[in-house]
This record gives sequence, structure tokens and C-alpha cells, in this order.
Amino acid sequence: MSRRERQNLGSARSSDPPSVATPVPMAVAQPRPGVVTVTLHVNGVDRSLTIEPWITLLDAFREHLGLTGPKKGCDRGQCGACTVLLDGRRVTSCLALAVAHQDAQITTTEGLGTQENLHPLQQAFIAHDAFQCGYCTPGQICSAVGMLCEAQAGWPSAVSLDLTANQVTLDADEIRERMSGNLCRCAAYANIVPAIQEVAS
Amino acid sequence: MNPFRYEPASDAATAVALLARAPNAAFLGGGTNLVDLMKIGVATPDPLVDVSRLPFNQIERLPDGGIRIGAAVRNSDLAADRTIRERVPVLAQALLAGASGQLRNLATTGGNLLQRTRCLYFQDLTKPCNKRTPGAGCSARDGYNRNLAILSTSEACIASHPSDLAVALAALDAVVHVQGPKGEQTISLGDFYRRPGDEPWRDTVLEHGDLITAVEVPPLAYATHSHHRKVRDRASFAFALVSVAAALDVADGIVRDARIALGGVAPVPWRASKAEVALRGAPATEETFARAADAELADAQPLPGNAFKVPLARRVIVRTLLDLTEGYQ
Repeated sequence: MSRRERQNLGSARSSDPPSVATPVPMAVAQPRPGVVTVTLHVNGVDRSLTIEPWITLLDAFREHLGLTGPKKGCDRGQCGACTVLLDGRRVTSCLALAVAHQDAQITTTEGLGTQENLHPLQQAFIAHDAFQCGYCTPGQICSAVGMLCEAQAGWPSAVSLDLTANQVTLDADEIRERMSGNLCRCAAYANIVPAIQEVAS
Repeated sequence: MNPFRYEPASDAATAVALLARAPNAAFLGGGTNLVDLMKIGVATPDPLVDVSRLPFNQIERLPDGGIRIGAAVRNSDLAADRTIRERVPVLAQALLAGASGQLRNLATTGGNLLQRTRCLYFQDLTKPCNKRTPGAGCSARDGYNRNLAILSTSEACIASHPSDLAVALAALDAVVHVQGPKGEQTISLGDFYRRPGDEPWRDTVLEHGDLITAVEVPPLAYATHSHHRKVRDRASFAFALVSVAAALDVADGIVRDARIALGGVAPVPWRASKAEVALRGAPATEETFARAADAELADAQPLPGNAFKVPLARRVIVRTLLDLTEGYQ
């Protein structure tokens, strides 16, 4: 093997540091076209970031703000792993553009409780063993927080027998329907439902 | 996602003007469908004009008994509204049968009406689709078409319309209020959607720059006797295989009037006018309801993958009307 061939082999390994002698294109920081300055109110703190308009709330949390609680599952609004609260309402943060939600008070799973003082739903999920791998859990819990507020406000669901009732009783069927936007690939539903039911009652 | 400029609209006129001078621009509502389509490369708008903060977030009770729903009203707020729940239960039920709690909190009334088909080929850039690329061909006709339409399809397209809300609005004779480059107009929901024909890429009669500002539900006394029933492959959070939105007026065992619309079976929210004609003046019995369903479904052109929808739609129509009849006993 010639020296040149060895060099070429070596250069194919991305883990090698670039040679000092080799000019690296785009290595100099350039102003990115189209970036905007965005301020997000997350977990009680104002966070300023410079991002492209196509950055979703989910990517802003995970890639720019160091908040990796919200998870990227499907990235298409179908799995619920990225669920956070916008002004107290649960939404899938993968379908919300960060630039469009600067007026909202945002709560991620990191803002729900502390290590010493867990949110009642976090405590209930542990007590009921309501997860296996845990990937969907931050979304499940944020979703459950929003869902309990919706039920408190008397919002009916697709399985509510009386659409005009003032009070919602969260039995297992109601919880399953209202939480259908959160998938659990480990199928821990049998424990998720009782965990939420305990906090609801 | 394709790069784009983001423009928050301060008022409707500005939003319309922004679109009018940018042929590639699009309005952004809740984004639950559009942002998804942008991620997978099916939609590539620029700029994106955010109309979700425009002051169209009211649900107003009109003097004549109708209800005016602002285009920016979120699906969840509309479903929870007490007037909607009491006066037009079919509308609340249709909304609650759609999507998930998270998506309903984002999705707007106007955006819901303009969502695109969930035909798998429409969302797959590697497959031909006439709705996505005019003249490319249809992959669904000889492909996977379990979820697709059986009524009013064309050679070019057999996509089904995905909205549940629009099915209820079709039954209620709703009127869409639009502000556009040529001024304001109102369009009845029956005229709002286009059947595919040989131009399946045009879902509605709206022109570029037309902005939905409100949807009006005219008064209908017997809408208190209305119901939405949806059949799907999962118990929840799935699009309709078949859905029925119906309102029924029965007196002395005779159908005085009826409104029926079907979802999941046509490229548009399908008003079942033939079934309605068969019902009026007839005894409110299972035989009548079955005859009405057959009258509507006689025109069906099912494919092997979705032929099950014909008997399924028949049964769902009959069951829904029977349930509504029980409400009068």
C-alpha cells in the first residue's frame, strides 16, 4: 500500500481529526441565511436562541436548549413522545414550529417536578411501574397532566356517554380514549392507566 | 424541511396580500397536517404566513339560531363548547372522533377543512400520485386502497377526504366564509370541495390567497337529534374507514326530514342526498333506512381492496338512523 493509499483510507474515517494542512471548507463560521432570533418561555425561564424558522419546538428543546426530556419518536404527531404543555395545553411539539410559539408558557417534563419533589403523576408512574424502557414516559406524563385539566374543565371525549355532562368521571375507558395520542411500544398501558387513574381520583 | 421565510400575519388583509404576491406561499394554522407534509417534502411553501393568531377565535351564537365558528378556533375548544354540545352534538362527536387530544389542541377549524388526503401514495415522494404531481399517474388504483374512496372517484384519483369535522359540517349545510384577493365570499360546504375529475390536485374551489375566516352553521331545530358514528381499524386515533354524520326529524313514526353525510368513502365529505330523499315521508324503520342506504351506495365503484366499505357503510348508516329514531321514543 502506497503512502497516498494509506492517506486515502485514513481520510475515509470520520473520527480522524482533519489534517492541519488540509483546508476544510465551511469551517469558518458564516452567518446562516434565514435565521431568526426566537425567545421561548420554557419551564419559567426565558430562553433566547437563533434558529431557522423550520426548527420545531421539539428540535429547539433537544438540540438548542439541552432539554432532552421530550422525545423524538415518530416526529409526525402520531406517537406523542414529544408531548409538552403550551399554556397548560398538551400538544405534540414535533408539529409546532418554535418561531410560532414565542407567546406561550411552555412546560416540558423537566418543569413538572424535581428529583426531591416529584409531580404526582411522576410518582404514580413509578409506584405503578408504568413503563419499561421509559422512552414514551415524558410524553405520557405531560399528556396526562394536560388530559386531567381537560377532564377537570368538563371536556367530553369520544367515549363519553353524556356529551353535555358537567362532570367527567375518568374510568379506564375514558383514560384509554383520552390518552390514545400516546403510544407505548413496550405496551405498559396496563399500568399507565391505573397510574393516571390514581391521580385522577 | 425545505427552507422558508416565516411571516406572522397581523391582520387578514395583510395575510391575503402576502399570499397574493407569492405564488408559493401558504397559510399556517395549527400546522398538524401542513408541517407534517413539509417534513416529508410533499408541501414546500415559502413564505409561510401564520394566520393562527388572527382574531378569528370566537364561537358566536347568531340571532337566527345559527352558530358562527371562527377559522382559528381550535378543534378542542369547538368540541368542548357548550352550545355545540347541546345544539349540534354531531359536530362535537365528529371532532372528538378525530385525531388525538394533543392534535385537537393545535388544529384549527379552517385548517381542518383544508387538510390533505392521507392516501399513502400522496405522502410517498417515491410513488406517482396525480394529486401531488399533476399527470404523474395513480399508484393507489392498483395498489393499497383499503382506506380510499368508493364514491365519485375518477381514473386519476381515488383518494378519500380525511376530515371528520367536514362530514358533520356537510350534514349541517354549513357555509364557509372566505376573504381573498378578490374580496369576501361565502361558499356552501356542498360547493366548497371539488370532486377529483381530471384535476385531483385541486381539493377545493378556493383560489390562491383565499383565507377561510369562519364557518357558519345555519339553524336546524332537529340538530339536537344528530349523531356521528365512525368505524376505523383501531378503537381510537385513526382515520375513518366509514363514518356517518346524521340528523333525523321523526314524528308519529314518520321521517319528516333527514340530513346524512358520509366520511371515508369519497374524495369529498359526502352528502348522501339520495338517501335523504328516500327517507323523507317514509316510516322510520330499519327497512326504510336500509333502502335509503342502498339508494346512496348504488353508485359505488369499489375496488378489491375497499369493496368491504359498501356493506359497511350500509350497516353504519342503518345503525346510526336506528339510534336516532330511538331518541324519539
